[in-house]
Amino acid sequence: MMRNNHYPASGEAIRQGTWKFFLSELKPKGKLLTPFNIISIPVILAGIVLIVIRFWKGIGSITNLTQEVPWGLWIGFDVVTGVAFAGGAYVITFMVYILNIKKYHSIVRVTVLNGFLAYVFYAGALLLDLGRPWNVINPVIGNSFGTSSVLFLVAWHFLLYMVAELIEFSPAVAEWLGAKRAQKILSGMTLGAVIFGITLSTLHQSGLGALFLMAKDKIHPLWYSEFIPIMFFVSSIFAGLSMVIFEGSINQKVFFDQISEKNHREHNKIIHSLSKICAVTMFAYFTLNVLVFVHEKRWPLLNTPMGYWYLTEMLGFVLLPMILFFLSYRKQNILLIKIASVITMIGVIINRLNISVIGFRWDAVHHYYPSWMEITVTLAVIFTELWIFRWVIRRMPVLRDSPALSHEK
Amino acid sequence: MSIDRRGFFKVLGVTGVTLATGRRLSAEPAVKSKKEFYGMLYDSTRCAGCQGCEFACAEAHGLPAPSFEDVPVAGTERKTSETRRTVINAYTTSKGNFFVKRQCMHCSDPACTAACLTKAMYKTEEGPVIWRGRKCMGCRYCMVSCPFDVPKFEYLSPNPKIEKCDMCFDRLQEGKTPACAEQCPTESIVFGTRRELIAEARHRINENPEQYFDYIYGEHEAGGTGYLYLSAVPFEELGFNTSLQKSSYPALTKGFLYSVPSIFVLWPAMLLGLHQATKNNNPKEEDDEE
Repeated sequence: MMRNNHYPASGEAIRQGTWKFFLSELKPKGKLLTPFNIISIPVILAGIVLIVIRFWKGIGSITNLTQEVPWGLWIGFDVVTGVAFAGGAYVITFMVYILNIKKYHSIVRVTVLNGFLAYVFYAGALLLDLGRPWNVINPVIGNSFGTSSVLFLVAWHFLLYMVAELIEFSPAVAEWLGAKRAQKILSGMTLGAVIFGITLSTLHQSGLGALFLMAKDKIHPLWYSEFIPIMFFVSSIFAGLSMVIFEGSINQKVFFDQISEKNHREHNKIIHSLSKICAVTMFAYFTLNVLVFVHEKRWPLLNTPMGYWYLTEMLGFVLLPMILFFLSYRKQNILLIKIASVITMIGVIINRLNISVIGFRWDAVHHYYPSWMEITVTLAVIFTELWIFRWVIRRMPVLRDSPALSHEK
Repeated sequence: MSIDRRGFFKVLGVTGVTLATGRRLSAEPAVKSKKEFYGMLYDSTRCAGCQGCEFACAEAHGLPAPSFEDVPVAGTERKTSETRRTVINAYTTSKGNFFVKRQCMHCSDPACTAACLTKAMYKTEEGPVIWRGRKCMGCRYCMVSCPFDVPKFEYLSPNPKIEKCDMCFDRLQEGKTPACAEQCPTESIVFGTRRELIAEARHRINENPEQYFDYIYGEHEAGGTGYLYLSAVPFEELGFNTSLQKSSYPALTKGFLYSVPSIFVLWPAMLLGLHQATKNNNPKEEDDEE
């Protein structure tokens, strides 16, 4: 591996003074008029305006939520789906720090960063959806612990997991600031944070599914089963890894200058092995779904519009990408893997929305469709996250080799 | 493979957090008390559909009085809303026209209460399920969980409340009966302890077996509800969901919640073990698999 003990920022930070250093780092480093900026800036500005309206006039002023369907796009997509996509972080840290598989080391930091930002922003989006967000502190400070609530568990896990991921990522921040001692101490905490983080992830990925267990009569029977928590957990593995494959491929192009030649060469190898994990976990997931389907004798439900939709999800967005992943097993067809990962991601979005929004009170008189304003706010949240992501990538040793790599065993 | 001091403290730390968090997250039964739950018995064979309860309810809780044009008509379902905690609906059935009052069912083991992560939705020892605004964060998980779709949310308010029947909890504290029961001219609504009400309902069915359909809706639905219903016809004809499970809804999440402490104990130990095991298998120098 490349050994590079030199801290680029350390001297600079001390010479310029901390404040000046931060100011200089705040300045944009890339071109201002990129296609991404031209699209994202207006959306973010529109999102801010809509958020102001939401806090001024109430949630109903910009959303289409109804009394029957109280959770819409902001929960169903931003939180429930977004957290599934952030699952890559616990899978990759599991392989690198628990199983000590070194070959995934070059993507650990970027995956953890993605996971961390995903949680920060999706928890942030959650605040927008809370009617009385100033009381969000109640389940945390302990004056009202609703311990029998699955949501209580999920909320605590979000909070603790964000801390765990911050610790996992913190060595990169320390390296950016040139704080050698802090870097050493924080690196020493990584294993603990990883173990804690994986435990939390297991529970809150499945916990997000368990949220819907009490909505037994409201979710379409094709999607409701007592196994929702397990389904959510298993699918978070391939959801997260598909995301890692997908955004890894984008990073290879967008942040070309950040990635060392060796890591460029190795990236395809990494993608190839990740696709194998996707293939087998999707096989497990698909089999589990078939078992539930057969066991609960759901055949009569198939010949209905919702039944066709269920088949579309299961065959087109689980079985098909699974086959594609298996096909790429033998010959290393990277394009096939990328296509499969995109189909998988769409499938995960469809699945999470089917449980939380589309199949939720599918029989209600007034169906819920997200308003354009809800979609805009969602896009604004995603774009803001990408802005922060880019800002961090350009400054901290995330994609590029860590200057302190030699410290790690 | 020996564990050094640092490793030991790591394990200790993880275990400590586990024990602390694990205990906090364990599920517990909603209410432990020797008191008897109060409830209400609604006899749809007596109700004349005068809507007196709607007016009394609105007045007792400072909600807008229902408009005089908005009367129950068979075929249209009026719903409770963020400005209306109870409604009377009309149904044409095989035995003629009947009225049905709708409001919170005050389940014995309510889904909304189990769902609430701040204990804002609260099953009181007296029986009513109440909403406590200073605790609520407006997540609407109670609405997602309630099998009767009872809690309603003020979507158009910057400081939204959850509106639902609270069995006039404040009036009960003052020793009065709920406003609707007090108002009802035909005595269709009776207030009492749940046990007494079930006995009373049985009594009415036994006295007049021709008049009643032999079933008390709410005795077992969702694990038992505080509101109990009598009817002359099968309850499907009155718009009731008769396919609701007979066990309590919070029981559906118990399996998951009980698994949490076990995972918190087992996972860290297993992960640490895996880490130790695989670390020793790898030589110290860089290795490339494949």
